[in-house]
Amino acid sequence: MDTTVTTGEEENVWGGGNRPLGASYGKMMMWFFIVSDSLTFSGFLAAYGFSRFKFMETWPIADEVFTHVPFFHGNYPMIYVAFMTFILIMSSVTMVLAVDAGHKMKQNAVIWYMFLTIIGGAIFVGSQAWEWATFIKGDYGAVETQGGRILQFENIETGERVALADFAKTIPDVRSEHDEDVGIWYEAEPTRPNYSLNEVMEGFQANPSLVIRTESIIQEGEKEGEKTVLTREQSLEKIKEGRLVVEGANLIRNEYGSRLFADFFFFITGFHGFHVFSGVMINLIIFFNVVLGTYEKRGHYEMVEKVGLYWHFVDLVWVFVFTFFYLV
Amino acid sequence: MAHEHKLAIFRGALKFKSNTQKIWGVLIFLTLVTGVEVALGIIKPRVLTHTYILGMKALNWIFIILTLVKAYYIAWDFMHLRDERSAFRRAIVWTPIFLVLYLVFILLFEADYIYNVYKEGFIKWNF
Repeated sequence: MDTTVTTGEEENVWGGGNRPLGASYGKMMMWFFIVSDSLTFSGFLAAYGFSRFKFMETWPIADEVFTHVPFFHGNYPMIYVAFMTFILIMSSVTMVLAVDAGHKMKQNAVIWYMFLTIIGGAIFVGSQAWEWATFIKGDYGAVETQGGRILQFENIETGERVALADFAKTIPDVRSEHDEDVGIWYEAEPTRPNYSLNEVMEGFQANPSLVIRTESIIQEGEKEGEKTVLTREQSLEKIKEGRLVVEGANLIRNEYGSRLFADFFFFITGFHGFHVFSGVMINLIIFFNVVLGTYEKRGHYEMVEKVGLYWHFVDLVWVFVFTFFYLV
Repeated sequence: MAHEHKLAIFRGALKFKSNTQKIWGVLIFLTLVTGVEVALGIIKPRVLTHTYILGMKALNWIFIILTLVKAYYIAWDFMHLRDERSAFRRAIVWTPIFLVLYLVFILLFEADYIYNVYKEGFIKWNF
C-alpha cells in the first residue's frame, strides 16, 4: 500500500479508481453476470435444438399443444403466449422509464414505475403457472405403445381431436389404487389415469368414426408438416400395440408426443420463470429502498439501473424462448 | 453512468426528442414485430412453410431473424448498450455470439447425424 503512488490517481492506469470502460464496477459485474447467464440459457436452448433435430420427424407441433386462453373455451393457439410476451415487454418499458426517472432524480416517478414493473412481473409469473397447470393437466389424453410412442385419437369425419373421456367405455374393474398402508413397503403408486387401457381399447373398437394419429410428421406432399393419420383398418391394428394410458404431462411421459418435449418445457420455462420470480424479488427490495429514500441520500439511482439490466435480460431471454418453443 | 443518450434509431432514420419518447417508440416497434410473428405463426402462409433455405423452412428463418431484431433493440435501447463505450459493448455482445454460434453449429450438426442414423440404421424405434 505504501508503495502506491498517490499523486495523480485519475491518470494512473493500474492504480485503481479509473474506469477505462466508462462503467462502474457494479454495473460491469452485472453485465458480466448477464453474459454468463445468457450462455447458460443458450446451452439449454441449444440442447433443445439438438433433441429436436434428432427427432425431427416426430416432434410435437407447438400450435397443437398450447391452445388455451384462461376464461375462454376453444382453440386459440399462441394468443396467450403473445399476451405474456407483451406483458413482459411492457414491464421492461416501465423499468427503463424508472431508470430514466432515476437519472433525473425524480423519486416519486421511480417509485411508480418500479411498482408497475413489479405488477407486470407478477402477472407474468402467474400466467406461467397457469400455463404449466394446463400443460400438466392435458386435454385429450393418449395411449403409449411398447416403444414409448404416443398414439392420439381423431374423428375421421370432422378431422378433430377426440378426448379419451368422449369414447372410453366404463368397465367395472376390481383394480384399486395401491396405497402405502397396504403394501409390504411404504410405497404408493402414482396417480392412475381416469381410464384403464381396456376401457380405451374397447371404446375405440366400438366407435367406427375414430382413427389414430401417430407422432410421425408427413414429410412431403399436400399435407406436409401435419401429423400422420392412420386409416380405420390400420388404426385397429395399431391400437393393439397400446400399453399405457397417458393423460397430461410429467417428467417421464406426456400425451403430446416425444418425452423430451415436456422435459425441456418444464426445464427451460421453469428456469426462466425462476429468473422472473427472483427478478420480482430483487425489484421489490430496490423498490423499498427507493421508497425509503436510500438512493436519494446516496445521490444517484445506479442500483435501479443495475436491477433494470437484470430485468431486461429476463425479457430478452423470453424473446428467445418464445421463438424456439412456440413459433419455430 | 451515461447521462447523455443517443436518441436516433434505425441508423439515424428516426430521431426522438427525448429519451422517454425513444422508449415508447421502441415499445411500438417491438410490439409490431411481435404482432407480425404471432400473425405469421397463426396463418402459416403456405409459400413460407414449403420453401426451404439452407435446409430450414423460410418461415423459421423469418422468426429467428425477427427475434434477433427484437433482441437488438432490447439490448441497445432498454439496456442502453447504445450509450456505452464501444469496447465495453463489443466485449459483452461478441463473446456470447461467438460461443453460441460455435455450440449451436456443433450440436445441430451432430443431431442431424443421429437423426440419419435413426432413419437409415438398423434401429427399430417406432413400435
